[in-house]
Formats: sequence, C-alpha cells, structure tokens
Amino acid sequence: MSSVAATPASDPHALHGAGHRAGLDAGWSGPPSKRIITGYGFWIFILSDIVMFSAFFATYAVLHGQTAGGPSGHDLFDLRNVAIETALLLASSFTCGLASIAADLRSAIWFQLAMAVTCILGLGFLGLEGHEFTALVARGAGPTRSAFLSSFFTLVGCHGLHVSAGILWLLTMMAQVFAKGFRPDIQRRILCFALFWHALDIIWIAVFTIVYLLGSAA
Amino acid sequence: MSSGHDEADREFDLAPGDEHAESFSQRMVGYLAGLGLAILLTATSFFVAGTDLVWQPSIPVALVVLAIAQMGVHLVFFLHITTGPDNTNNVLALAFGVLIVVLVMGGSLWIMANLNHNMMPMDQIMQMQR
Repeated sequence: MSSVAATPASDPHALHGAGHRAGLDAGWSGPPSKRIITGYGFWIFILSDIVMFSAFFATYAVLHGQTAGGPSGHDLFDLRNVAIETALLLASSFTCGLASIAADLRSAIWFQLAMAVTCILGLGFLGLEGHEFTALVARGAGPTRSAFLSSFFTLVGCHGLHVSAGILWLLTMMAQVFAKGFRPDIQRRILCFALFWHALDIIWIAVFTIVYLLGSAA
Repeated sequence: MSSGHDEADREFDLAPGDEHAESFSQRMVGYLAGLGLAILLTATSFFVAGTDLVWQPSIPVALVVLAIAQMGVHLVFFLHITTGPDNTNNVLALAFGVLIVVLVMGGSLWIMANLNHNMMPMDQIMQMQR
C-alpha cells in the first residue's frame, strides 16, 4: 500500500499538481499520465466535431427534397464512385491502425511506410471527391443551384476539408518522427492523429449512408 | 498493490485509442477483424441500396441499422472504445456526444416535419399576399 504516490519520471510534461495528496487515499493511484489526459482532451474535441457535423447532417436531411426544380440526388450521384471513395478511406483507416502499431513498436521504417500508404489512399479519396465536385459544378449543379445542393456541398465539403487537414497533419507526423524520433510527446501526437483519422472514417459512414445511399434512393 | 504508475493507469484508465498492451499478432488480428467486418457491412449497405430483392420500404431502416453497426465496429476495433472499467470516462464522453447528436438530428427533423405539415401550401400564401 505504499509507493503509489510515485509520479512518472520519464515524462517531463506530466502534471504534478496533486501528487502529494496521494497518501490521503490509499485507492488513489496518482494523477493520470499525460498520454491519458491528452488523449481524453482530444477525444472531447472529436466528439464536439461530430456534434458540429450532426448539425450539417440535420440540415441536409431537412433540405434534401428542396431541389427548386433542379436535379435531385437520384439524378446526380454516381454510387460506383462513392463505393471506390469508401474503399479508399476504409483501407486508409486500416493502414493508419498499422502505423499506430508500428509507432508503439518504435519501428520507424514500418511507421513511415504505413503512413505513406495512408497518405496516398487519402489523396486518392480527395482526388475522386474533387473530380465529383467539379463535374457537378460543370453540369450546372453547383452549390448555388438549390437548397439541396447547398447543404450537400457544405456537408461533404466539410468532411473533405477535414480529410485535407488530416493529410497535412499526417505529413507533419512523418516529418516529426523522422526528425525527432519516437519521443513521448511525438507518440501522443500520433495517438491524437490516429483518433482523428479513424473518426473521419466514422463520419464518412454517415455521409455515404445518409447522403448517397438514402439520397439517391429518394 | 505496489505497482508503478504506468501499471496503475493501465488498471484504472486508458487513453481513447489505446488498447491493453497485447502482442503484435493480437493487435493485428484486431485490426484485421475490424477491417473484415467493416467491408462486410459496407458491401451489404451498397447491395441493399440497389437491390429489388427486399421489400422496398424497409431499405432506409436497413441502411441506418447497417451504418450504426459499422460505426460500432469502427469504435471497438479501430478506436478501441470498450466496455471495460478502464474505459468508463471515454464511454461516458461518447454517450454524451451521442445524446447531443440524437437531439440535434432528431429534433431538427421532428420540428421541420411538423412545421411543413402545418404550413399552408406555398401557392395559397402567395394568393393571400396579393
């Protein structure tokens, strides 16, 4: 029942504030590690991001019939293209998981390889989405055409912006691991990046179901 | 009980995204199982959306159920959100997020459908304004 008050010496950024109170409560195992605090804080951010997306989803669900005499989802959506996008993003989520295993094993080569594959798959997704958007605008179905298309471009475009930001973050992490190695603070950033990338794939599940599959059926 | 700090953390809390220290092969099996289930559910979604084999009005419900199932698969196998005691805080935060999402989406659809139902058709409003 002693020695539980020990604070982690390996991590210089760990919180020390309440460490001396440990003796008062034998069941208290000391302040949580910086990794738990950082990861939990980022988890809260991801959940708030999902709440923001839920507002866009609600907007789309309310407006998807308001086509103002223009084309509806059934006329516009190409499900083959969406299936390829889904496959790319799912595969990138898997390789991102492989990258976090490699980071825990401190294998720089496998980490860089898995992150590079994740990056290529993410860029392929963005390329297909950009191609879809430009094709829609070219045939007169841009965001100004109807309330349905405004909400479509806002929702899917916002997800695309998140993927773009994720790819910039991904490249930053590759560079940081290359330059600084697997330091504890770099490992925490890799944890947060993996959370972000997997969360983007979860949001894409809602996008392809609500926007494309349900939208093209109606 | 004289465990080190890292071990004590592992016993009581786990960062979201982290999983219990397992062997390399166990973790690989976890990600592969998640990938397999996700492919299965996605393929089913795309198949159900375009098929004539099932009763048509059931398709939207089936798609929503498949999507929620796949989100669960991603949460468990990729984000490692589990029901274990080391995950209580992560699950509680997730539960609150889900509550807000359900309120925002369900509330918006409910209110807008109700307004739509009670509003006079647009051409009649236009006539009254003349």
